[in-house]
Amino acid sequence: MLSRTANNLYWLARYLERAENTARLINVNSHLLLDLPSRVKLGWEPIVDILSFRDTFYENYKECDEKSVINFMVVDKKNTGSITSSLRSARENARTVKEIIPREAWEQINALYLYAIENQNEAFTRRSRYAYLNKIILANQTIAGLLAGTMTHDEAYAFMRMGRNLERADMSTRIIDVRSATLLSEIENELPAFSNIQWMGVLKSMTAYQMYRREVRVRINRKDVLTFLLTDPRFPRSLIHAIDQIERCVTELPHSKDTIAKTSTVKNYLLNAKPASLVQNKLHDFIDDIQVGLIEIDKQIEESYF
Amino acid sequence: MAIRWGSYKVPNLHDELVEKAGKPRDYSARLCEYLRALSDKEINELKAASDSAIHTMGITFRVYHQEEGSIDRAWPFDIVPRLIDSKEWTMIERGLKQRVKALNMFIDDLYNDQKIIKDGVFPASMLKKSKNFLEECRGFSPANGVWAHICGSDLVRDNKGKVYVLEDNLRVPSGVSYMLENRQVMKRVFPEMFEKYNILPVDDYPSHLYDMLAEMSPRKIEEPEIVVLTPGIYNSAYFEHAYLAQQMGAELVEGPDLVVEDDDCVYMRTINGLSRVDVIYRRVDDWFIDPEAFHPDSMLGVPGLIRAWKAGNVGLANAPGSGVADDKVVYAYVPKIIEYYLNEEAILANVPTYKCNNKQEREYVLENIAEMVVKPANESGGYGMLIGPHADAAEHDKFRKLIKADPRNYVAQPMLMLSTAPTMVGTRVEPRHLDLRPFVLSGKEIKVTMGGLTRVALEKGSMVVNSSQGGGSKDTWIVDMEDQ
Repeated sequence: MLSRTANNLYWLARYLERAENTARLINVNSHLLLDLPSRVKLGWEPIVDILSFRDTFYENYKECDEKSVINFMVVDKKNTGSITSSLRSARENARTVKEIIPREAWEQINALYLYAIENQNEAFTRRSRYAYLNKIILANQTIAGLLAGTMTHDEAYAFMRMGRNLERADMSTRIIDVRSATLLSEIENELPAFSNIQWMGVLKSMTAYQMYRREVRVRINRKDVLTFLLTDPRFPRSLIHAIDQIERCVTELPHSKDTIAKTSTVKNYLLNAKPASLVQNKLHDFIDDIQVGLIEIDKQIEESYF
Repeated sequence: MAIRWGSYKVPNLHDELVEKAGKPRDYSARLCEYLRALSDKEINELKAASDSAIHTMGITFRVYHQEEGSIDRAWPFDIVPRLIDSKEWTMIERGLKQRVKALNMFIDDLYNDQKIIKDGVFPASMLKKSKNFLEECRGFSPANGVWAHICGSDLVRDNKGKVYVLEDNLRVPSGVSYMLENRQVMKRVFPEMFEKYNILPVDDYPSHLYDMLAEMSPRKIEEPEIVVLTPGIYNSAYFEHAYLAQQMGAELVEGPDLVVEDDDCVYMRTINGLSRVDVIYRRVDDWFIDPEAFHPDSMLGVPGLIRAWKAGNVGLANAPGSGVADDKVVYAYVPKIIEYYLNEEAILANVPTYKCNNKQEREYVLENIAEMVVKPANESGGYGMLIGPHADAAEHDKFRKLIKADPRNYVAQPMLMLSTAPTMVGTRVEPRHLDLRPFVLSGKEIKVTMGGLTRVALEKGSMVVNSSQGGGSKDTWIVDMEDQ
């Protein structure tokens, strides 16, 4: 396979996953806001922070209110990470690999982009936002399912899976980092009841709530949630699972030794550090280290194949 | 009922589906009856279904927009198909095979012995003026003497119903993917009609193309590596490049993906390292294909490609230099070219073409310029053209002067009244002018698509069928009426 093609497949999957995760994040935040007492200032800024867009945001907007953040995160062309920008990039990448992915997948990606653009106003009213974002999430799941079910699981598929999982790992760590730090700590002590629903929010942004419930039956708490999201090997959106997937994909590719070395390092670090027992600022450092590890994996993939 | 054939009028024109108001042609009776029975609501539903199919299939073409740069437009498509009786098609098919065969012999001769010039059939002065004759190709002959492996010839019909060849595209003809996609759309929208008619299939084009390309491989191996070379995603025909690569299971490559090594072989950069390429279906123009041989600053090409090709290490379709046979002056000689190489009379007619370097013909053109279309020999895309009936006296004078100053650079043709076909306007049909571009594949055998791409001018009275200028397209049905 052409190096350029492999690169495009990898990024196609990353952009799709990014759009999906951003949609989940906004959906959960919208819901969370409804549940919290009005004196708790949760607001919309964390969304911008999770994706490290603070600078770009404040260059273009005065206030971090709901309307601005939705505009910035869903439709803004200046934000390369907004949902519609991600989908646009995904579509452009898909176009260049149309001869590789199944035709139905291309049609879905194309339709998803057009849907997101044509109905973007629905993101601004709370009433229609959920349905709009949910449709984007479901379309992404459909695409993932289509690819899994109709595409030969060859090298091309491996590159897409790698892209999807790397992006997922990246987003998961960001969500855990920001959600568990700035927002939650301030009310943890004084409002235990609300702490509970915030951890629920974290689980829900990663669609982990139901699966967590099946796995852990005691009351939702920080330690168990972190253990589950970071190190449950069987939950497909956990960090360890994502890295494990990348490793499996690389094994199918030629000259994979260097990349496997990188994924093993991150995996071992993750399993040995017992992140759930870390106090807040230590957890932040830990996640920083994981992020560096993910960047290293990404660099190695680029060097070996693109 | 929405469509009334009784009020569909085509005075002094040849219509592809209708003989005269209220009377469909034999082969289109069933279609016309079907359309007549549709209500306005049903017509709107069919149009919506076709729009949505085009939308989800992502059938687009790129246009350049001043503010927004290059943007995708949905492919404009008319749901009323254009029908041709298979009996007539058999004749057209034979004519195209004959024409392309002779043109390939002509190109091969020009780059080698130039017998046709020595025998005084084709003037040497004409060759000297050709921009598309490549000195680099002298003395070379590709496998089977075939240069233009893929040819798209534009056919038109005049108001008497006679078929003419308007031009031959021997460089990188495009449009075949739209022919294939139009058929897919029609199958989604009009499944019933495919039961009512015996419509000859077009879907085998990609496999024929693949076979023909594979035949050209210098390495005689089971699965030669075939690639489609595209200028990239911003090219107006990129959709087609990607589509054909996908249909053939070939890699779609851009210039920087390929490299010519010291062994004069072509390789592509893959995740496994460099991998040998056997045949390139190139959709990049001659001048940009190899910065080493031509434009040194081309980013689209592959340095050393011509070297590899002449060493016989890679097949190129179409061969560089094929364009020498598709300029406007060569066109005028095609009937003679056919006679010279095949000793046959041309089956398909040329539009009568007056060569202004001939004194008698020039006099005729100068006198009748108001009724004629004047074309410069080496321009394409309608640049520097005069359409006599649409121009004023000042412009006529300007062109008289231009012709007198450089007679060899001009040809002139009578203005043809192109045939029409019923085309949807709202929920009614009106006649619109159209042409047809069949595609001819030349390898050991010559194969012609069943029909081709019908392009239709969507504006009333217009004869401009280009998609960039308000043209659309129709599915083309070659219908076999024998075993109905």
